[in-house]
Amino acid sequence: MSEKDRLKEAFEAERIAPRSHARDAAVAAALAAFDAKIESTRQGSGLVSRLRNAARAAFETLTGKRSMRTTSFSSRQALLAGASLAVLTLAVLTAANLQTLEGFGLRDAREPVGGPPVGQKTDATPPPAQMRRVDAPANTVAKTEKDADKPEELAAQVAATQPVAQVAATQPVSPPINEAAPLPSPPAADALRSMAAPLAAGTVASSEGGAMIAEPPPPDAYHDQGRDRFATIETNPQKVTAQEPVSTFSIDVDSSSYSFMRASLNNGVLPQDDAVRVEELVNYFPYDYPGPDSAETPFAPSVTVMPTPWNTGTKLVSIGIKGYDIAPAARPHANLVFLIDTSGSMEEANKLPLLINSMKLLVDGLKPDDSVAIVTYAGSAGTVLEPTKASDKGKIDAALENLAAGGSTAGAEGIRQAYQLAERSFDKDGVNRVLLASDGDFNVGITDTDELQSFVEHERSSGIFLSVLGFGRGNYNDELMQALAQNGNGAAAYIDTLSEARKVLVEESTSTLFPIAKDVKIQVEFNPATVSEYRLIGYENRLLNREDFNNDKVDAGEIGSGHTVTAIYEITPKGSSAALVDDLRYQPNAAPATSGTADEYGFLRIRYKLPGEDASKLIETPIGASNEVGAAGGDVAREARFAASVAAFGQILRGGRYTGAFGYDDVIALANANKGDDAFGYRSEFVNLVRLAKSAAPMERQQP
Amino acid sequence: MLKTTDDSALAAAAIAGDREAFRHLVERHYDMIYRVAYRYLGSAADAEDIAQEVCITLATKLSRFNNRSRFSTWLVSIVINRCRDWLRRRKSSQALVEKYAVLREAEDADQADSDKRTGWLHGALQSLEPALRETVLLILGEDLSHAEAAKILGCAESTVSWRVHMARKHLKARTDDAYE
Repeated sequence: MSEKDRLKEAFEAERIAPRSHARDAAVAAALAAFDAKIESTRQGSGLVSRLRNAARAAFETLTGKRSMRTTSFSSRQALLAGASLAVLTLAVLTAANLQTLEGFGLRDAREPVGGPPVGQKTDATPPPAQMRRVDAPANTVAKTEKDADKPEELAAQVAATQPVAQVAATQPVSPPINEAAPLPSPPAADALRSMAAPLAAGTVASSEGGAMIAEPPPPDAYHDQGRDRFATIETNPQKVTAQEPVSTFSIDVDSSSYSFMRASLNNGVLPQDDAVRVEELVNYFPYDYPGPDSAETPFAPSVTVMPTPWNTGTKLVSIGIKGYDIAPAARPHANLVFLIDTSGSMEEANKLPLLINSMKLLVDGLKPDDSVAIVTYAGSAGTVLEPTKASDKGKIDAALENLAAGGSTAGAEGIRQAYQLAERSFDKDGVNRVLLASDGDFNVGITDTDELQSFVEHERSSGIFLSVLGFGRGNYNDELMQALAQNGNGAAAYIDTLSEARKVLVEESTSTLFPIAKDVKIQVEFNPATVSEYRLIGYENRLLNREDFNNDKVDAGEIGSGHTVTAIYEITPKGSSAALVDDLRYQPNAAPATSGTADEYGFLRIRYKLPGEDASKLIETPIGASNEVGAAGGDVAREARFAASVAAFGQILRGGRYTGAFGYDDVIALANANKGDDAFGYRSEFVNLVRLAKSAAPMERQQP
Repeated sequence: MLKTTDDSALAAAAIAGDREAFRHLVERHYDMIYRVAYRYLGSAADAEDIAQEVCITLATKLSRFNNRSRFSTWLVSIVINRCRDWLRRRKSSQALVEKYAVLREAEDADQADSDKRTGWLHGALQSLEPALRETVLLILGEDLSHAEAAKILGCAESTVSWRVHMARKHLKARTDDAYE
């Protein structure tokens, strides 16, 4: 008998029978989890995903995708998902629209449309031709599949990848794309990045003994392995002023989406649509808006109206807000608790080692009497460092150095301990903040997003703020991290490199750590006499109801010391040929404007609370012709134009539904022309990222 | 009827909230999940833990199954990733594990199956380094094609072929010890 058969036979002969009670327990546990999920979906918060599922089911019925046997079967599913008949109808309509609408959020349902014609590929098994192509290195597989309809390109790609495949065949352990390996640096990147690189390389080398398993699963080799989780974003639609004149949203100072996008592009891959939150891209950059003079009015708005770079028929209204900059000497005392994820999943060069170095940077910038405590959580949570004065830096550093990864992630228990510790050393005149650093993969204890969220929300009332620092990719749970930060009165930042850590924790430490206003809401009422349509760019997950604006109980974003926030509307002036919605034939046109406001585009209202206060204050200002700038304009106009270039880039990454023919090169030109001082080089880096996006474009996007 | 419904239809029904469909799906695949985990980790207790974890996560992850591969292939990739995580955690005390492996081999010899060859396979698999083990258990144990295994393991198909070759060579050396 040949050797081959003997081995195969050994496998076949091996009887591996699971114990029946273990099997039953697993099935029962799975069903319990299933019930919990269904339950949570029923409770309102999951409306979107419920709709999505119903839409998917309906779509598949329509197109016969999933070899569905009968229609009654699938309509039963839709009903089971808790959808009413009305929802079902909506879902069917939505699904039908999918075929024509670009950039629609329902990626899963849309996917098959781009593939072979309906009916040709009902079987889930990939055709053999596709299988044979998999010998390309993992990160090009996706690309090859996507371009299957262009044979000559495909041949070129296969030829180009052939040598790599051969190399792989001759090496004991072929290196697939390795997220722990140093990221390719963009040309003009901060020198600090090169400090992070050896760090990454060192860790990889030291774990080489474990061979293959030391390598994390490649982020985009197979659609299940890019397990980064993002909440679905539906791009804000165009609104008709006459029907819906008021737009209300909460500010968002998070920047995690920008760094996540940067990490993706540095890997040569475009980020997935839902990972791109346009407002976070825009707000990543500090802007040179004039600030207020005193902490009494914590910030001043700068409004600019300018021509839209990507559409000649519309205008951009850019609302810039700069927070009051607390002088370092006047900074309140900080009581910080680092809550650090040391679970097994953090054991990668771009996670725990980077985290430790980031925290050291932060400690360096603290005042001697600020206090720091460290709680770690892995299989179980534990206090590693009791509250310690920052002057005792050696002790803090030693505690950080000793952190090691291992175990699963009991994130909820850790959060509880961290809040307890922060309460123990609570300083009512100072800033009390828990800094959660994790990849968000909580898999032990409370793992339910809603439950964690409500815990954090409850603790917020005790005056302790929560900031979230995200690390790592491949299994990043952005949805959870965002939910925690938004409900804990804090900001979420994503740390991909040591220079990003420096930006967030050193250069912007005052804004990261010291809030000057909380629950900041923006409401704009547009004037139907001058503006026929408008669209808010970004802020999709920050929208508020019109009535929430004056309700002080409704939570919103906070602004840190010196923070700048920018919100951009694209407006269509009355009578412009760029209007997307035609006038109604049977309705009277909008009432003429009352006298005195004829040249106003709209009216801006901002509500905020001072930290520690419960009643909100109001800032109001009209948006009028006086805010208009043409091609010229001063500093504020320059800053607004740079913000517009970032917004354009974000929209193009998300599918560019409204950006027309405006391309990456136009973004580069616009950004370059409005770089300003750019003291830290952030804007130059942005231009490099746009260039990277140009070359990453042909690749398939990562699967959600 | 559910017994004969294919995986992707069951998955679609479960995604839409059909509890029975979900139960069938889990019951149908539990043995495979357990088998892969057992061969990967070499311990029944660990495999039971992993299998249960996978079943639980399936409840939430299922909605991400998008029919671009076979359901079982998609599921195997989840199991493999869990096992990798598991090993990675265990690796934090590598030296201890190595000592443990020696112990376990002795232990395995005691509790070896009546079928000598089966007992041999168990020990032999555990003697492979994880990369070879995960490859060979997919190709020979689960009858996946090299292409499917390459996708799941995130490496090139040629790497899979090469690993299978290496694993065979290694296992042959052991067979020679065992049979001659």
